[in-house]
Amino acid sequence: MNQDSQSMHFEYNVEGGNFSRAGYASSEIKKLLKQLNVDMGIIKRTVVGCYEAEVNVVAHAYTGTIYVDLNTESITIRFQDEGPGIPDIDQAMVEGFSTASSKVREMGFGAGMGLPNIKKNADQMKISSIVGKGTTLEITMLLQ
Amino acid sequence: MMTLAAIAEKLGLKVLSGQSGMNRQVTGGYVSDLLSDVMGHAQAGHIWITLQTHKNVMAIASLKDLAAVILVTGHQPDEDTVLQSNEEEIPVLGTDLPAFEISGKLYELLKT
Repeated sequence: MNQDSQSMHFEYNVEGGNFSRAGYASSEIKKLLKQLNVDMGIIKRTVVGCYEAEVNVVAHAYTGTIYVDLNTESITIRFQDEGPGIPDIDQAMVEGFSTASSKVREMGFGAGMGLPNIKKNADQMKISSIVGKGTTLEITMLLQ
Repeated sequence: MMTLAAIAEKLGLKVLSGQSGMNRQVTGGYVSDLLSDVMGHAQAGHIWITLQTHKNVMAIASLKDLAAVILVTGHQPDEDTVLQSNEEEIPVLGTDLPAFEISGKLYELLKT
């Protein structure tokens, strides 16, 4: 954790395949934003985006890191994973499209709503991916 | 608004875990077995009606500040679901009724 009066930086690890820990990092980020007195409406939207992105790493990647950067103007959260990557991002963004396994779907995940949920709740969203290497998703929440 | 305790009594719900959260206030309900659907649409204070019993249900209930989870048709929560429910003080309630019936009863109770 680096901290000065202008900006703060935090990191969280996400373990691919470990569903029993899915949501743990999002919960830590929620606590952090509450402690920092971020507007409750912004926290709620951030939490939806974080959880969906965290679950995507758990469901699809081998490992990932979440980088949270806060300053007085915005919160930027970057989910960087090592995994199979996404061959067609436009297709992945379509509501209902999913490549999740049947086991994951039986748990109620993999409905193809994750990325659309993130897009709906974030003020900005960027996604890039290299097949065979991994995916980076960045969401930005504006504070002003 | 009603408390969970009052609702559980009126609808004959069993408290399966998270007893210490029974004084929570309930603002409404949401019915779904798709986690992203709940993530996207449930609101703080809602009761979530589902047949999903695994621990991720509690992660969502906690992140969304839900009041409680009702498991339908006699489903029982997984062990680690019970643990997290107790920790977060978000009750898991049980009914033998199917989702349609318990939703109807809860809606009747809350709509006034």
